[in-house]
Amino acid sequence: MIWVNAVIQGLLLGGLYAIFACGLSLMFGVMRLVNLAHGDMGVLAAYFSIILIEHLGGNPLWTFAAVIPVAALVGYFLQRLLFDRALDGGELSPLLVTFGLSIIIENLLQQTFGANDQSLNIGALSYQSWKVTTDVYVGRLNVIIFVIAVIVIIGLQLFLSKTRTGLALRATADNRRAASLSGINPKRTRSIATAIALATVAIGGLFLAMRTSFAPTSGSSDLLFAFEAVIIGGLGSLWGTLIGGFALGVAQTIGSQINPADGILIGDLVFLAVLAFRPQGLLSLRSVIAR
Amino acid sequence: MSELTRTPLDETATVTRGTRGSRVGLGTGIAVAVILAFAPAVTGEATTNDLTQFFILLIMAVGWNLVAGYGGMISIGQQAFIGFGSYAVLDLSLHGVLAWYAIPIAIALSGLVSIPVSFLAFRLRGGYFAIGTWVIAQVFQLVIGQQSNLGGGAGASLNDLNNLSPITRDNITYWFALALSVLALSVTGLLLRSRIGMALVAVRDDEHSAAATGVNVVRTKRLIFILSAAICGGAGTLLIISNLEVQPNSSFSIQYSAFMIFMVLVGGIGSFEGPIIGAVIFFILEQSLDNYGVWYLVILGAFAIIVTLWLPRGIWGTLDPQHRRSVVPLRHQLHVDTE
Repeated sequence: MIWVNAVIQGLLLGGLYAIFACGLSLMFGVMRLVNLAHGDMGVLAAYFSIILIEHLGGNPLWTFAAVIPVAALVGYFLQRLLFDRALDGGELSPLLVTFGLSIIIENLLQQTFGANDQSLNIGALSYQSWKVTTDVYVGRLNVIIFVIAVIVIIGLQLFLSKTRTGLALRATADNRRAASLSGINPKRTRSIATAIALATVAIGGLFLAMRTSFAPTSGSSDLLFAFEAVIIGGLGSLWGTLIGGFALGVAQTIGSQINPADGILIGDLVFLAVLAFRPQGLLSLRSVIAR
Repeated sequence: MSELTRTPLDETATVTRGTRGSRVGLGTGIAVAVILAFAPAVTGEATTNDLTQFFILLIMAVGWNLVAGYGGMISIGQQAFIGFGSYAVLDLSLHGVLAWYAIPIAIALSGLVSIPVSFLAFRLRGGYFAIGTWVIAQVFQLVIGQQSNLGGGAGASLNDLNNLSPITRDNITYWFALALSVLALSVTGLLLRSRIGMALVAVRDDEHSAAATGVNVVRTKRLIFILSAAICGGAGTLLIISNLEVQPNSSFSIQYSAFMIFMVLVGGIGSFEGPIIGAVIFFILEQSLDNYGVWYLVILGAFAIIVTLWLPRGIWGTLDPQHRRSVVPLRHQLHVDTE
């Protein structure tokens, strides 16, 4: 029964990883940009929420309404002012620029808030749970996060497949030049992709902060988990990212069940095994991996 | 110098390997290295230790420039090999190998361990390669952090050299650091002069064209990756013998990647001289911004962005945009005399 429990908790955790991962995947798809500051931006959103609560009070849940639009706006202008310029500089520039951004964010947060762990206190919701069987309990917050993760992924998938803007994003992902020739504004498309990516990572950052504690340097491990979810699931598919998040979450909770210190390592090893034996990912539509 | 007997236009042509400037540069470099070898006799102990730290930074920069500048692979996981080098010295010393002798073995082991790593990491390209190497570095850290004989998560001290007086130990460490710097630079220089070096420059400039002219791109990249790992492992061996302790979180710290990227970018990525200039600038910055704590890292990050966007070739690349000048004789130059 403890294993059933581990799998259920892992699936719930995996939903959170999928929220983190979908923005990374979207940005890579649309403009081949890997944002190394992706995780840090989720952490930044969580600190923003802490500031809002300090000044305005209330339950952190309301801050979603403020943080998400701000994150989207930041993403839009970050693309316009910084990332577009980096993309002009060739393949290496975006990596170096976003890595520099990551160092800046982590150290500014450390300077402002100190290195200590923080968390968003959401009151009773953080410890209430539902009983599934006599041995298996699921935290209410975790179930809510899971449901919202699935809704976000489905919503994003519908947006990409049903709307004109979604069509522009997919067209740009498939072939930038052809998309541009058929009247799609590449700058606008890229900015929208980054805005969506930052909005989703802000959701992830807030949920993560409610679920566990976080620190200025948490962004790095969040980035690695998101990345592992993307690769395990298979590039180029949001469903793959969701599956990848689940696989990573389950691997980590089973690992922790074997030895509490091993959760992250087992997740890493599952990632490396996928890389070695199924580099196109568990669910791959289009392989952009070498060889 | 080699004579080419036949050229397409039936002109006589010669290929030279260096200019007067570059031979003077090489001579100056050798002279500087010889002078530096006597530094501990002249300078105080603090200066000796500072210079040791400088050489460690220089070695890291050379290692990262090789993999990123020439191999075109942005790795943010080279700290895997830095930490591995440190821990290999510790492990060998626990098995009775004196730390000084453990250094070359640890360097060789760092190169060896990078071979299986390359097979995994090379499945990824570009940005995903970067994060992939980061994950691999995390795996190194987690696995080594669980070895209780190596101190586990709390780390361990190197007690091997305790019977030496601190001054003797620092001086020997200094000479090792100097020797490894010279070695790293020489190996890189000789490699660039060789046939592989020409393949490498071709891969750096355009991977597809290089492949089309018969360069085995993957094999060339793998060789570079292994060599870079050995060099970074070398930096790791120096870190442990100068700090006399290791700890997983600091030995495998992502900060090393930040330092390496900064030095190479500022100095000039993909040039022989770049990492040297970058290491000097970084060392001066580090010494003068020491009191500013994390602000110093913020400045580092901002510099990385500014240089990438507005000075992408770094200082050396801006002084030498056509790759014409060279402080050491590395380049092939074709002189054609039309009759």
